[in-house]
Amino acid sequence: MSWGKHDILERSPMLMFIGILIVVSIGGLIEITPLFWLRSTIEKVEGMRPYAPLELAGRNIYVREGCYLCHSQMIRSLKDEVERYGHYSLAAESMYDHPFQWGSKRTGPDVARVGGKYSDEWHRAHMIDPRSVVPESVMPGYPFLAQRKLNYKDIEAQLKTSAIVGVPYTDEMVENAKVDLETQAGKNTADLEAFLARYPKAQARTFDGNPNEITELDALIAYLQMLGTLVDFASFDESGPNLR
Amino acid sequence: MAKEKAKTSGSTETTGHSWDGIAELNNPLPKWWLYTFYATIIWAIGYWIVYPAWPTVSSYTKGYFGYSQRERVSEDLAQSQAEKAVFRDKIAAADLEAIKADPELLNFALAGGAAAFGDNCAPCHGRGAQGGAGYPNLRDDAWLWGGTLDAIHQTIQHGIRAEDDQTHMSQMPAFGKLGMLKPNQVSDAAEFVMSLSGNADDEEAAARGKEIFATNCAACHGPDGMGNQALGAPNLTDQLWLYGGDKATIVETITNSRAGMMPAWAGRLDPATVKELAIYVHSLGGGQ
Repeated sequence: MSWGKHDILERSPMLMFIGILIVVSIGGLIEITPLFWLRSTIEKVEGMRPYAPLELAGRNIYVREGCYLCHSQMIRSLKDEVERYGHYSLAAESMYDHPFQWGSKRTGPDVARVGGKYSDEWHRAHMIDPRSVVPESVMPGYPFLAQRKLNYKDIEAQLKTSAIVGVPYTDEMVENAKVDLETQAGKNTADLEAFLARYPKAQARTFDGNPNEITELDALIAYLQMLGTLVDFASFDESGPNLR
Repeated sequence: MAKEKAKTSGSTETTGHSWDGIAELNNPLPKWWLYTFYATIIWAIGYWIVYPAWPTVSSYTKGYFGYSQRERVSEDLAQSQAEKAVFRDKIAAADLEAIKADPELLNFALAGGAAAFGDNCAPCHGRGAQGGAGYPNLRDDAWLWGGTLDAIHQTIQHGIRAEDDQTHMSQMPAFGKLGMLKPNQVSDAAEFVMSLSGNADDEEAAARGKEIFATNCAACHGPDGMGNQALGAPNLTDQLWLYGGDKATIVETITNSRAGMMPAWAGRLDPATVKELAIYVHSLGGGQ
């Protein structure tokens, strides 16, 4: 190369820095900004709602334990995946996820639509000792989840924080977060109706088989049992009323 | 060679950088590399034209081929369904007995059922349908809710204690926990239950348990403990145990009761697959 002008950039760190910034910004602008307007990335589907407090707590345990390292929550639009796991995932299905749990690392199966596929009992046995139900599994056991009481002192703050980044938690939801969490874990039934009005399709029961305590296992199973159950794909139509 | 060249660098241009008198040669890029680089640029332009590439305000350039992953997967699925439709349509329309009677359909249903079983049923019932503690063995002839083709079909469709209007529903009372029976009564009843299959250790306790069984258990499990498939009440006279036939497990069962849950598959799997599964499970050895 005999183009000597790059000397100017290369000899001045500041100019080089600004130059890099400009080049990277162009890439970013072209690749990222259209995502805020492209129809396929901002489509909304019927049935999506924010996570109920217990589910959110379970999700935090899912993230804490690094489940995403082996399980993705993204069914790709490929024939084999759709035949095995169900309808391919839509962007809208992770719109309340911060951060999302997509991925391509599948040491274990995709769990985007695992909700309702197995019984709570199975999840319990599988979490405590995976090989007791799936002999060929390489998943580690998480027996301690059943023993650890769920710490939900800060659940209101967690809802508020999610609201700041765009999850539509209402003031009512934040105020009732603790009660809702206990209601979903089967601790009380007095507020069940109000809870279900706030979080349609939510499942409320004792998830870990121990009605005396709300454990981390309760939260995790509640989360797993709701995954992929919100959007009704039987009535989903690529261009139909489900897309708004 | 390179060293030698560096020494006699008079003919090659340097970058002009010099550190302690050491200069950097400014050799031209290898030709093969440079032309490959140009070729990739040309390739990229071709790619923009035929494939979706550039974003516009609310859409993007669709490209000459009009490729869309979503359309592609719909086509792939439609094609795979069309290939299987020859058999699947017949399976969806025919009743279970008719499928079983037609060797071709039966073959197809068994293969399809085995595949669906592997992903959906094996996690609980085991790879070979051998079951496990709390999950029935599907290869034997003990059936909680019936082992006929229709009964199996019904169970797969609507599940057991699942969220489904037509699901199998029954609830054994937690005799011990609810205080309906005292611990010694639970123990006696357990001993009697063991005696039904000839496993009693303590004949006296079993004799005491007989009456407790008659008043508390016989309504569902039958006066002779043969069970009742309409209620999902297992036969207690055989040697097959879902949770275990030892004294401690039976005491635990009577104290806290059991209520296994199986999901309803009608919404998750299509009707033909559910039928294939019913036929496959029925074929496993114990079907009635």
